[in-house]
Amino acid sequence: MIKTESLTKQYGSLTAVDAVSFTVSPGEVLGFLGPNGAGKTTTMRMLAGFINATSGRASICGHDVDSDSLAARACLGYLPEGAPAYGEMTVRDFLDFIAALRQLHGSARSRIDAVIERLQLQSVLNQTIETLSKGFRRRVGLAQAIMHDPPVLILDEPTDGLDPNQKHEVRTLINDMAGDKTVIISTHILEEVDAVCTRAIIIAHGRIVADDTPQGLAARAPSGRLDDVFRTITA
Amino acid sequence: MRNVGIIMRRELASYFATPLAYIFLLIFLVLANLFTFYLGEFFERGQADLNPFFTYHPWLFLFLIPAVSMRLWADERRTGSIELLMTLPVTLWQAVVGKFLAAWLFTVLALVLTFPLWITVNYLGSPDNGAILAAYIGSMLLAAGFLSIGSLASALTRNPVVAFIVGIAACFVFLVAGFPLVLDAFRGWAPQFVVDGIGALGFLTHYEAISKGVIDIRDLIYFALLITWFLLATAVVLDVRKSE
Repeated sequence: MIKTESLTKQYGSLTAVDAVSFTVSPGEVLGFLGPNGAGKTTTMRMLAGFINATSGRASICGHDVDSDSLAARACLGYLPEGAPAYGEMTVRDFLDFIAALRQLHGSARSRIDAVIERLQLQSVLNQTIETLSKGFRRRVGLAQAIMHDPPVLILDEPTDGLDPNQKHEVRTLINDMAGDKTVIISTHILEEVDAVCTRAIIIAHGRIVADDTPQGLAARAPSGRLDDVFRTITA
Repeated sequence: MRNVGIIMRRELASYFATPLAYIFLLIFLVLANLFTFYLGEFFERGQADLNPFFTYHPWLFLFLIPAVSMRLWADERRTGSIELLMTLPVTLWQAVVGKFLAAWLFTVLALVLTFPLWITVNYLGSPDNGAILAAYIGSMLLAAGFLSIGSLASALTRNPVVAFIVGIAACFVFLVAGFPLVLDAFRGWAPQFVVDGIGALGFLTHYEAISKGVIDIRDLIYFALLITWFLLATAVVLDVRKSE
């Protein structure tokens, strides 16, 4: 469960995120849409505890991301924009490092192997991350995010830079995992919203301009097409 | 504590993931020995001690330690991995201390590798090994002090080269603070307690006391406070600037 109340981030005189309030419940997959610079990444970073809000509040599984940050982060799986990782580490060492910080001991460590298999990383386990293709790097980032089976997942552009087959795999993965998890994904790709999301929020200039099911949003345009709706409300 | 250890191990391994660590160790050992035998006239002095070795450590560290610390945070910010680290269930303080300890262990390793000098001096005469041990401890504290300054320099920028140069400059200020060069500039007009204060802030006064074999609790407190202060400053700077 993710909850934000009037979440606001200002950089000097620029308001990157302007009083954003929403609640995402378990079982929902929320698509976060909007043009570049609309405030998607800033909002996600505040939820993940990477940047502090100027005002307003946010909580993850009932833990305030500011005052109870460690508990909030413990129940969150987060894929930052661009899937950053330690380039000089091998995939195996990197995942072991994350598992150690996620306190996966004993039998829980078998989850690492399950995640490796699920994201098909077996062939690159002993390669350093900097030598991997963009698609593999993204999958390493996803592996890191889902390893501890978190109740809440926040994925910033999980399919960016993947080829159509890989995109399909990642969407299937998100669909499979969704279940009773709370998921937010940001994307530019509108077909993705149809494929994986149960709900979509369109954000522009830091404000929520639409919050509906993908079908409900599409119905707003005479053509019934999501990209026409997107262009009309974010222009 | 557990998280500090995990972060420290990862960081230490990252030093050895590139040839940089080996190059550093090689340069350190070559220069340390050059200084000892040529500038320090180890043989000519005819004394069984390691003073010529320890005398040049502050100057050697001035250029080499900022090279060890430059990547600590600048690289995390440059590659964006700081966003990953800071969104894991790890406190900022655990990360700052873990990385600092990794850099410090690395320099301790470099110092340990100078053991042939110790063997040499024990073969040639009968030195005061207690004093040598004290001097090694002083050298480790000096390295830790420089590293804490370097850690702050690295947190201030995304560019490791900038962190290196800023680190050298800042370490230099702390190194020469106890020198007549600096103190004389104040002696003419400032009250004596200001001159003494500036002198007491310098690394050299404290380092030289320890490297003569005298471990004074005040010198230990000085290094502990200085290191703590710079690591706190690192954490504050990171908290404000991590996402920039």
